[in-house]
Amino acid sequence: MTDEIRLIEVKEDILADNTQLAKQLQADLRKEKTFLLNLMASPGAGKTSLVIETIRKLREKLAIGVMEADIDSMVDAEKVAKEGVAAIQIRTGGFCHMDATMVKTGLDAMDTQNLDLVILENVGNLVCPAEFDTGAIKNAMILSVPEGDDKPLKYPLMFTVCHAMVINKIDYLELSDFDLQKCKDHVLKLNPDINIFEVSCRTGEGIDAWVKWLEQEVKAL
Amino acid sequence: MHELPVINSILKVVLKHAHDNHVKQVVAVHLQVGELSDLEDKWMQQYFDHLAKGGIAEGAKLVIERTPVVMQCSACGHRYVADLKKDKKLKCPECASEKNTLVSGREYFIKNLEAI
Repeated sequence: MTDEIRLIEVKEDILADNTQLAKQLQADLRKEKTFLLNLMASPGAGKTSLVIETIRKLREKLAIGVMEADIDSMVDAEKVAKEGVAAIQIRTGGFCHMDATMVKTGLDAMDTQNLDLVILENVGNLVCPAEFDTGAIKNAMILSVPEGDDKPLKYPLMFTVCHAMVINKIDYLELSDFDLQKCKDHVLKLNPDINIFEVSCRTGEGIDAWVKWLEQEVKAL
Repeated sequence: MHELPVINSILKVVLKHAHDNHVKQVVAVHLQVGELSDLEDKWMQQYFDHLAKGGIAEGAKLVIERTPVVMQCSACGHRYVADLKKDKKLKCPECASEKNTLVSGREYFIKNLEAI
Protein backbone atom coordinates (compact mmCIF):
# COMPACT_ATOMS: atom_id res chain seq x y z
CA MET A 1 0.00 0.00 0.00
CA THR A 2 1.33 3.41 -0.92
CA ASP A 3 1.11 6.40 1.30
CA GLU A 4 -0.14 8.76 -1.33
CA ILE A 5 -2.25 11.66 -0.29
CA ARG A 6 -5.80 11.34 -1.53
CA LEU A 7 -8.69 13.74 -1.54
CA ILE A 8 -11.90 12.74 0.21
CA GLU A 9 -15.04 14.68 -0.60
CA VAL A 10 -17.00 15.69 2.48
CA LYS A 11 -19.39 18.51 1.52
CA GLU A 12 -21.03 18.92 4.91
CA ASP A 13 -22.08 22.07 6.69
CA ILE A 14 -21.69 21.68 10.44
CA LEU A 15 -24.67 23.94 11.01
CA ALA A 16 -26.87 21.85 8.70
CA ASP A 17 -28.01 19.40 11.40
CA ASN A 18 -28.85 22.22 13.75
CA THR A 19 -30.75 24.15 11.09
CA GLN A 20 -32.72 21.03 10.19
CA LEU A 21 -33.68 20.32 13.79
CA ALA A 22 -34.56 23.98 14.34
CA LYS A 23 -36.94 23.89 11.36
CA GLN A 24 -38.63 20.78 12.75
CA LEU A 25 -38.93 22.37 16.17
CA GLN A 26 -40.48 25.49 14.68
CA ALA A 27 -43.01 23.43 12.72
CA ASP A 28 -43.99 21.54 15.91
CA LEU A 29 -44.39 24.80 17.82
CA ARG A 30 -46.62 26.24 15.10
CA LYS A 31 -48.81 23.15 15.24
CA GLU A 32 -49.02 23.41 19.02
CA LYS A 33 -49.61 27.16 18.81
CA THR A 34 -46.81 27.87 21.23
CA PHE A 35 -44.86 30.99 20.37
CA LEU A 36 -41.16 30.71 21.12
CA LEU A 37 -39.28 33.99 21.37
CA ASN A 38 -35.49 33.81 21.26
CA LEU A 39 -34.19 36.79 23.20
CA MET A 40 -30.53 37.64 22.76
CA ALA A 41 -28.23 40.36 24.09
CA SER A 42 -24.88 41.08 25.71
CA PRO A 43 -24.45 40.38 29.42
CA GLY A 44 -26.01 43.20 31.38
CA ALA A 45 -28.13 44.60 28.54
CA GLY A 46 -31.28 43.84 30.51
CA LYS A 47 -32.56 40.49 29.26
CA THR A 48 -33.91 39.31 32.59
CA SER A 49 -35.35 42.77 33.35
CA LEU A 50 -37.17 42.84 30.02
CA VAL A 51 -38.43 39.30 30.56
CA ILE A 52 -39.82 40.29 33.95
CA GLU A 53 -41.45 43.48 32.61
CA THR A 54 -42.96 41.49 29.75
CA ILE A 55 -44.34 38.84 32.13
CA ARG A 56 -45.93 41.51 34.34
CA LYS A 57 -47.76 43.05 31.38
CA LEU A 58 -48.85 39.83 29.72
CA ARG A 59 -49.37 37.19 32.40
CA GLU A 60 -53.11 37.96 32.72
CA LYS A 61 -53.57 37.48 28.98
CA LEU A 62 -51.18 34.71 28.04
CA ALA A 63 -49.85 31.52 29.60
CA ILE A 64 -46.11 32.20 29.72
CA GLY A 65 -43.07 30.02 30.28
CA VAL A 66 -39.45 31.07 30.45
CA MET A 67 -36.34 29.12 29.56
CA GLU A 68 -33.22 30.67 31.02
CA ALA A 69 -29.94 29.69 29.47
CA ASP A 70 -26.78 30.31 31.39
CA ILE A 71 -23.34 28.89 31.25
CA ASP A 72 -23.46 27.86 34.89
CA SER A 73 -25.94 29.45 37.28
CA MET A 74 -29.56 29.43 38.43
CA VAL A 75 -29.85 33.12 39.30
CA ASP A 76 -32.09 34.19 36.42
CA ALA A 77 -34.58 31.33 36.67
CA GLU A 78 -35.04 32.01 40.38
CA LYS A 79 -35.81 35.68 39.66
CA VAL A 80 -38.28 34.83 36.94
CA ALA A 81 -40.01 32.07 38.92
CA LYS A 82 -40.85 34.68 41.57
CA GLU A 83 -43.13 36.27 38.96
CA GLY A 84 -45.30 33.18 39.10
CA VAL A 85 -44.63 31.74 35.66
CA ALA A 86 -43.14 28.41 34.65
CA ALA A 87 -39.38 28.84 34.52
CA ILE A 88 -36.63 26.41 33.81
CA GLN A 89 -32.91 26.91 33.77
CA ILE A 90 -30.72 25.32 31.16
CA ARG A 91 -27.09 25.12 32.10
CA THR A 92 -25.20 25.13 28.85
CA GLY A 93 -22.08 23.86 30.60
CA GLY A 94 -19.62 26.21 28.99
CA PHE A 95 -21.46 26.61 25.69
CA CYS A 96 -21.85 30.24 24.76
CA HIS A 97 -25.14 29.80 22.93
CA MET A 98 -28.26 27.64 22.79
CA ASP A 99 -28.62 25.28 19.88
CA ALA A 100 -31.75 23.51 18.68
CA THR A 101 -30.97 20.31 20.62
CA MET A 102 -30.69 22.19 23.90
CA VAL A 103 -33.89 24.12 23.17
CA LYS A 104 -35.72 20.89 22.42
CA THR A 105 -34.58 19.42 25.74
CA GLY A 106 -35.86 22.54 27.48
CA LEU A 107 -39.21 22.55 25.68
CA ASP A 108 -39.70 18.85 26.40
CA ALA A 109 -39.26 19.60 30.10
CA MET A 110 -42.01 22.25 29.97
CA ASP A 111 -45.73 21.72 29.49
CA THR A 112 -45.67 23.66 26.21
CA GLN A 113 -49.09 22.41 25.09
CA ASN A 114 -50.63 24.70 27.67
CA LEU A 115 -48.35 27.66 27.05
CA ASP A 116 -49.01 30.48 24.59
CA LEU A 117 -45.59 32.07 24.88
CA VAL A 118 -42.20 30.68 25.82
CA ILE A 119 -39.39 33.19 26.14
CA LEU A 120 -35.92 31.77 25.67
CA GLU A 121 -33.37 33.98 27.35
CA ASN A 122 -30.28 33.03 25.41
CA VAL A 123 -26.72 33.16 26.75
CA GLY A 124 -25.39 36.71 27.00
CA ASN A 125 -23.32 37.54 23.95
CA LEU A 126 -23.84 39.05 20.51
CA VAL A 127 -21.80 36.56 18.51
CA CYS A 128 -22.61 32.88 18.89
CA PRO A 129 -26.37 32.95 19.59
CA ALA A 130 -26.86 34.64 16.21
CA GLU A 131 -25.25 31.74 14.39
CA PHE A 132 -27.34 28.92 15.75
CA ASP A 133 -31.03 28.65 14.89
CA THR A 134 -33.09 27.71 17.92
CA GLY A 135 -36.42 26.95 16.27
CA ALA A 136 -37.90 30.18 17.65
CA ILE A 137 -40.85 31.74 15.85
CA LYS A 138 -39.23 35.17 16.23
CA ASN A 139 -35.82 36.43 17.29
CA ALA A 140 -35.38 39.58 19.30
CA MET A 141 -32.30 41.30 20.66
CA ILE A 142 -31.62 44.00 23.19
CA LEU A 143 -28.97 46.64 22.76
CA SER A 144 -28.51 48.83 25.80
CA VAL A 145 -27.36 52.43 25.61
CA PRO A 146 -24.11 51.96 27.61
CA GLU A 147 -22.90 49.40 25.04
CA GLY A 148 -22.60 52.07 22.36
CA ASP A 149 -24.26 52.80 19.04
CA ASP A 150 -21.56 51.07 16.97
CA LYS A 151 -22.60 47.51 17.87
CA PRO A 152 -24.58 46.95 14.64
CA LEU A 153 -21.35 47.50 12.70
CA LYS A 154 -19.37 45.15 14.92
CA TYR A 155 -21.89 42.32 15.11
CA PRO A 156 -23.90 42.59 11.90
CA LEU A 157 -25.17 39.01 11.94
CA MET A 158 -27.04 39.52 15.21
CA PHE A 159 -28.91 42.50 13.79
CA THR A 160 -29.58 40.66 10.54
CA VAL A 161 -31.26 37.62 12.11
CA CYS A 162 -33.61 39.51 14.46
CA HIS A 163 -37.23 40.51 13.88
CA ALA A 164 -37.19 42.98 16.74
CA MET A 165 -34.61 45.11 18.46
CA VAL A 166 -35.14 46.66 21.86
CA ILE A 167 -32.93 49.61 22.72
CA ASN A 168 -32.89 49.47 26.52
CA LYS A 169 -31.74 51.96 29.17
CA ILE A 170 -32.87 55.00 27.19
CA ASP A 171 -33.02 56.80 30.53
CA TYR A 172 -29.20 56.90 30.25
CA LEU A 173 -29.20 58.62 26.88
CA GLU A 174 -28.52 62.06 28.30
CA LEU A 175 -25.44 60.82 30.11
CA SER A 176 -23.93 59.14 27.08
CA ASP A 177 -22.85 59.95 23.55
CA PHE A 178 -25.05 57.20 22.15
CA ASP A 179 -26.55 58.49 18.91
CA LEU A 180 -30.01 56.92 18.74
CA GLN A 181 -30.72 57.96 15.18
CA LYS A 182 -27.34 56.81 13.91
CA CYS A 183 -27.79 53.47 15.62
CA LYS A 184 -31.25 52.94 14.18
CA ASP A 185 -30.03 53.94 10.72
CA HIS A 186 -27.22 51.35 10.88
CA VAL A 187 -29.62 48.61 11.93
CA LEU A 188 -32.21 49.48 9.30
CA LYS A 189 -29.54 49.35 6.62
CA LEU A 190 -28.73 45.79 7.66
CA ASN A 191 -32.31 44.78 8.20
CA PRO A 192 -35.03 47.06 6.81
CA ASP A 193 -37.85 44.91 8.23
CA ILE A 194 -36.73 44.99 11.87
CA ASN A 195 -39.07 46.46 14.49
CA ILE A 196 -37.25 48.83 16.84
CA PHE A 197 -38.44 49.67 20.34
CA GLU A 198 -36.88 52.27 22.62
CA VAL A 199 -37.43 51.33 26.24
CA SER A 200 -36.24 51.70 29.78
CA CYS A 201 -36.90 48.69 31.97
CA ARG A 202 -36.04 50.90 34.96
CA THR A 203 -38.62 53.63 34.32
CA GLY A 204 -41.05 51.52 32.29
CA GLU A 205 -40.89 53.92 29.34
CA GLY A 206 -41.64 52.31 26.00
CA ILE A 207 -42.41 48.86 27.41
CA ASP A 208 -46.05 49.01 26.28
CA ALA A 209 -45.13 49.30 22.59
CA TRP A 210 -42.80 46.29 22.84
CA VAL A 211 -45.38 44.23 24.70
CA LYS A 212 -48.08 45.18 22.20
CA TRP A 213 -45.91 43.99 19.31
CA LEU A 214 -45.14 40.72 21.07
CA GLU A 215 -48.78 40.09 21.97
CA GLN A 216 -49.83 40.67 18.37
CA GLU A 217 -47.18 38.29 17.12
CA VAL A 218 -48.25 35.60 19.60
CA LYS A 219 -51.89 35.97 18.60
CA ALA A 220 -51.04 35.89 14.90
CA LEU A 221 -49.42 32.45 15.23
CA MET B 1 -16.32 32.45 22.30
CA HIS B 2 -17.68 29.38 20.56
CA GLU B 3 -14.56 28.12 18.84
CA LEU B 4 -14.61 24.96 20.91
CA PRO B 5 -18.11 23.70 19.99
CA VAL B 6 -17.68 24.76 16.36
CA ILE B 7 -14.29 23.11 15.98
CA ASN B 8 -15.54 20.06 17.82
CA SER B 9 -18.37 19.71 15.29
CA ILE B 10 -15.90 20.08 12.45
CA LEU B 11 -13.62 17.46 13.96
CA LYS B 12 -16.52 15.03 14.38
CA VAL B 13 -17.40 15.31 10.69
CA VAL B 14 -13.75 14.96 9.73
CA LEU B 15 -13.28 11.83 11.83
CA LYS B 16 -16.49 10.27 10.56
CA HIS B 17 -15.39 10.64 6.93
CA ALA B 18 -11.84 9.60 7.76
CA HIS B 19 -13.03 6.37 9.36
CA ASP B 20 -15.50 5.65 6.55
CA ASN B 21 -12.62 5.95 4.09
CA HIS B 22 -10.15 3.93 6.18
CA VAL B 23 -7.77 6.84 6.49
CA LYS B 24 -4.51 6.45 8.40
CA GLN B 25 -3.76 10.12 8.77
CA VAL B 26 -5.64 13.30 7.92
CA VAL B 27 -3.20 15.80 6.42
CA ALA B 28 -5.45 18.77 5.68
CA VAL B 29 -9.06 19.85 6.01
CA HIS B 30 -10.45 22.25 3.44
CA LEU B 31 -13.12 24.49 4.89
CA GLN B 32 -15.33 27.23 3.57
CA VAL B 33 -16.22 29.64 6.33
CA GLY B 34 -18.72 32.46 5.84
CA GLU B 35 -17.53 36.05 6.16
CA LEU B 36 -20.03 36.56 8.98
CA SER B 37 -18.20 34.11 11.20
CA ASP B 38 -16.11 35.87 13.79
CA LEU B 39 -13.68 33.01 14.17
CA GLU B 40 -10.08 33.82 13.34
CA ASP B 41 -8.14 31.30 11.26
CA LYS B 42 -5.28 31.20 13.74
CA TRP B 43 -7.54 30.35 16.65
CA MET B 44 -9.50 27.78 14.69
CA GLN B 45 -6.23 25.99 13.99
CA GLN B 46 -5.15 26.14 17.62
CA TYR B 47 -8.43 24.73 18.89
CA PHE B 48 -8.33 22.07 16.20
CA ASP B 49 -4.79 21.06 17.21
CA HIS B 50 -5.91 20.82 20.82
CA LEU B 51 -9.01 18.73 20.11
CA ALA B 52 -7.43 16.49 17.49
CA LYS B 53 -4.51 15.49 19.70
CA GLY B 54 -3.96 11.73 19.90
CA GLY B 55 -6.22 10.88 16.95
CA ILE B 56 -5.82 10.38 13.22
CA ALA B 57 -6.49 14.06 12.57
CA GLU B 58 -3.65 15.21 14.81
CA GLY B 59 -1.46 17.70 13.02
CA ALA B 60 -3.88 18.26 10.15
CA LYS B 61 -3.79 21.70 8.65
CA LEU B 62 -6.98 23.70 8.28
CA VAL B 63 -7.15 25.36 4.88
CA ILE B 64 -9.77 28.04 5.30
CA GLU B 65 -11.42 29.81 2.42
CA ARG B 66 -13.77 32.67 3.29
CA THR B 67 -17.05 32.76 1.46
CA PRO B 68 -18.82 36.06 0.90
CA VAL B 69 -22.12 37.21 2.33
CA VAL B 70 -24.80 36.70 -0.29
CA MET B 71 -28.18 38.39 -0.04
CA GLN B 72 -31.27 37.64 -2.05
CA CYS B 73 -33.46 40.55 -3.08
CA SER B 74 -37.00 40.09 -1.73
CA ALA B 75 -38.45 42.04 -4.65
CA CYS B 76 -36.84 40.52 -7.76
CA GLY B 77 -35.01 37.47 -6.41
CA HIS B 78 -31.60 38.60 -7.64
CA ARG B 79 -28.66 37.38 -5.54
CA TYR B 80 -25.78 39.70 -4.77
CA VAL B 81 -22.66 39.87 -2.63
CA ALA B 82 -22.79 42.28 0.31
CA ASP B 83 -20.34 43.66 2.82
CA LEU B 84 -22.30 43.99 6.05
CA LYS B 85 -19.43 45.47 8.02
CA LYS B 86 -19.39 48.56 5.84
CA ASP B 87 -21.78 51.30 6.70
CA LYS B 88 -23.53 51.33 3.38
CA LYS B 89 -27.15 50.82 2.49
CA LEU B 90 -27.77 47.37 1.02
CA LYS B 91 -29.48 47.74 -2.28
CA CYS B 92 -30.24 45.25 -5.01
CA PRO B 93 -28.05 46.11 -8.01
CA GLU B 94 -30.82 44.97 -10.34
CA CYS B 95 -33.95 46.67 -9.02
CA ALA B 96 -32.63 48.90 -6.20
CA SER B 97 -34.93 47.35 -3.59
CA GLU B 98 -33.56 47.45 -0.03
CA LYS B 99 -35.51 44.41 1.13
CA ASN B 100 -33.46 41.25 1.27
CA THR B 101 -32.77 38.01 3.06
CA LEU B 102 -29.49 36.37 3.93
CA VAL B 103 -28.64 33.42 1.66
CA SER B 104 -25.13 32.56 2.79
CA GLY B 105 -22.27 33.96 4.80
CA ARG B 106 -22.58 32.15 8.10
CA GLU B 107 -21.68 28.62 7.05
CA TYR B 108 -18.95 26.25 8.22
CA PHE B 109 -18.74 24.02 5.22
CA ILE B 110 -16.27 21.14 5.13
CA LYS B 111 -15.32 20.69 1.49
CA ASN B 112 -12.89 17.82 1.58
CA LEU B 113 -9.99 16.15 3.34
CA GLU B 114 -6.47 15.42 2.23
CA ALA B 115 -5.53 12.14 3.79
CA ILE B 116 -3.17 9.22 3.68
